[in-house]
Amino acid sequence: MNFGRRALATVGARNIFYQVLAVGAVVALFAWLALNTADNLERRNISTGFGFLEREAGMEIGESAIDYAPSDSYGRAFVVGLLNTLRVALIGIALASVIGLFVGLARLSRNWLVARMALAYVETLRNVPLLLQLFFWYALITEAAPAPREALNPLPGVFLSARGLQVPALETDPVHRWAVWAFLAGAVGCWLLLRRLRALRERTGNAPPAWPLVAALLVAPPAAALALSGAPLGVELPEFQRFNFRGGTSLTPEFAALLLGLTLYTASFIAEIVRSGIQAIPRGQWEAARALGLRPGRVMKDVILPQALRVIIPPLTSQYLNLTKNSSLAVAIAYPDLVSIANVSINQTGQAIECIAIIMAVYLAISLAISLAMNLYNRAVALVER
Amino acid sequence: MKDPISLALNAFLAWAHENLFGSVWNTVLTVVTLIALVSVLQPLAVWALAAAQWVGTAADCRAADGACWAIVGEKYRWILFGRYPPDQHWRPLVAMVLLVGAIAWSLDRRRWNRSLLALWPVVAVAFYALMQGGAPGLDFVPVQRWGGLPLTLMLSVIGIAAAFPLSVVLALGRRSRLPAVRALCIAYIELIRGVPLISLLFMATLMLPLFLPEGVNLNDLICAQVAMILFSAAYFAEVVRGGLQAIPRGQFEAADALGLSYAQSMRKIVLPQALVHVIPPLANTCIGIFKDTSLVVLIGLFDLLGAAKAALADPAWHGFPAEVYFFAAAIYFVFCYGMSLYSRRLEADLAKGAAR
Repeated sequence: MNFGRRALATVGARNIFYQVLAVGAVVALFAWLALNTADNLERRNISTGFGFLEREAGMEIGESAIDYAPSDSYGRAFVVGLLNTLRVALIGIALASVIGLFVGLARLSRNWLVARMALAYVETLRNVPLLLQLFFWYALITEAAPAPREALNPLPGVFLSARGLQVPALETDPVHRWAVWAFLAGAVGCWLLLRRLRALRERTGNAPPAWPLVAALLVAPPAAALALSGAPLGVELPEFQRFNFRGGTSLTPEFAALLLGLTLYTASFIAEIVRSGIQAIPRGQWEAARALGLRPGRVMKDVILPQALRVIIPPLTSQYLNLTKNSSLAVAIAYPDLVSIANVSINQTGQAIECIAIIMAVYLAISLAISLAMNLYNRAVALVER
Repeated sequence: MKDPISLALNAFLAWAHENLFGSVWNTVLTVVTLIALVSVLQPLAVWALAAAQWVGTAADCRAADGACWAIVGEKYRWILFGRYPPDQHWRPLVAMVLLVGAIAWSLDRRRWNRSLLALWPVVAVAFYALMQGGAPGLDFVPVQRWGGLPLTLMLSVIGIAAAFPLSVVLALGRRSRLPAVRALCIAYIELIRGVPLISLLFMATLMLPLFLPEGVNLNDLICAQVAMILFSAAYFAEVVRGGLQAIPRGQFEAADALGLSYAQSMRKIVLPQALVHVIPPLANTCIGIFKDTSLVVLIGLFDLLGAAKAALADPAWHGFPAEVYFFAAAIYFVFCYGMSLYSRRLEADLAKGAAR
């Protein structure tokens, strides 16, 4: 008794005691859960382990980036789901960034009408649950949208109907692959060139402007590849022919609704991040840039935005992560993302633990990858103090 | 010349020149925006107002060109209360008024004292008793039949109230000097924040029955509530941690020098300052939790969104989804926008206090 009190009297001993207590409680909890689970699984005759991934899935999947048939395995079905998740997340991130940037700039516009409209957009979209918005867009596309024959045609080559969204696509040809390689080679060349130019500028304080060379390096190699191979280069517009659309690319109603909902919702958050990032730049920076005689466009592009990016990037990263995690709401409108596939698999096999573990592991991996990439970028743009 | 009308007109013209037509570029922007605005708003206004069917049957609506607000008049009780027995609807209504009244009462900063801590358990018990019933005069209504707005409010209020204290513990644990405690808290926070809420809800409804010993059965509502609490706590914890990081080291050292224990220095010195710093992000997290309760639709509960979606399944009223979703969205908007206005006011109030 007395001994115990004296042993806990020193700070070091007390610290160890508390830590052992905390870890012990967690371990005990997990052990208890594991014992219960083993017991329950045995009683319900549910098999365990990831062996089911090799069995035939037998599920229909509406859209897939790779070849898939119901006779394929569960493992392949999960890969299809993952690719669908990545597809909607990547396109969503790109579109939401662009819309968010413009709405955020519009919020700061000196034009009263433009600023008010941007504010209305942000406040409306931010204050309504994303899931409700997804249901709304999906219902609008599947129920209220006109039949393909009377499809809405808001932009040339873009058709919205109950069949989904039809958009123009580049005509594809096997030789286009060479153009892509040529473009990548040009991009690598650009990177090397920019490094040389920066070194030159830091050494001599003077260097030729980079953009003509960069533009030439990015455009010329693919153009040359296309010209040499003589591949067709054109944009294919969708067209309604008798019963269905021909040409272009079609987005299913599920994908279109999910992309629309995720993009517009996330853009409203990105807009606020962009606005507060720009407002964080001291007024003196604006005034100094104007005093140097820079045009308003260049003040924004060369002075304000690069500094604002440092404030913007950390919260922007978490918005990208949110969009990716929110893409799991696809299950509500039957877009075959990872969670939908896992949900069907749970219903078919009963192996809830394994399927949910796969979902969690994949999202954790995606989260870590995005944070890592954005941290690297953040380091690149961080203030270098000399 | 100096009559009030011409003065007001002059002021307006000056304002318009300043804000709308100051330069060529500004004028072009105004005109283009106006054209875009009118081309969107005009058909929308015709649909929602001029051509709308306000009362009547589904057949009347199909005959009309515009919005069918009659469906909202027909279904609003279902949307607001879900599957709760219709002859007992006064009970969730009273329970909801009680809850919203208690929230409104608690908003005033002058009432933040011990009496609030006494008020809230009373409100919670009254809410539960009214909803569940079972006493003479109040029929028993099982949890499975609760739904609509009361369910949404309950999930969010209990979610926020239970998650917040848990999050403070997690945030303090994450900054603890004890490596094992710190590691556990970091692992919990990052794990929860790294996965989507829906995977936790699936886990709560599909995996929890496997985790618990035989004979223990929890209904889906309680599972969902637990998942919401565990999820929200991780997000709150990161916000609270931000507040803790903003406290200068001197405050911690001064508290130590006064001989305060760890619990005392946190409760009396550090947390009161840290939490004031993070009121806007705390409010944003609350708004996020309120919106996220709608995900319980995916595990088959009839919260406000679930009831709205179920109302659309009536074949007699098929084909008017936009109207019902607008109605539900308006209710969500009122609560969320109210929360953000309140947080702005509170922040301004506290800033005034700090500046004095």
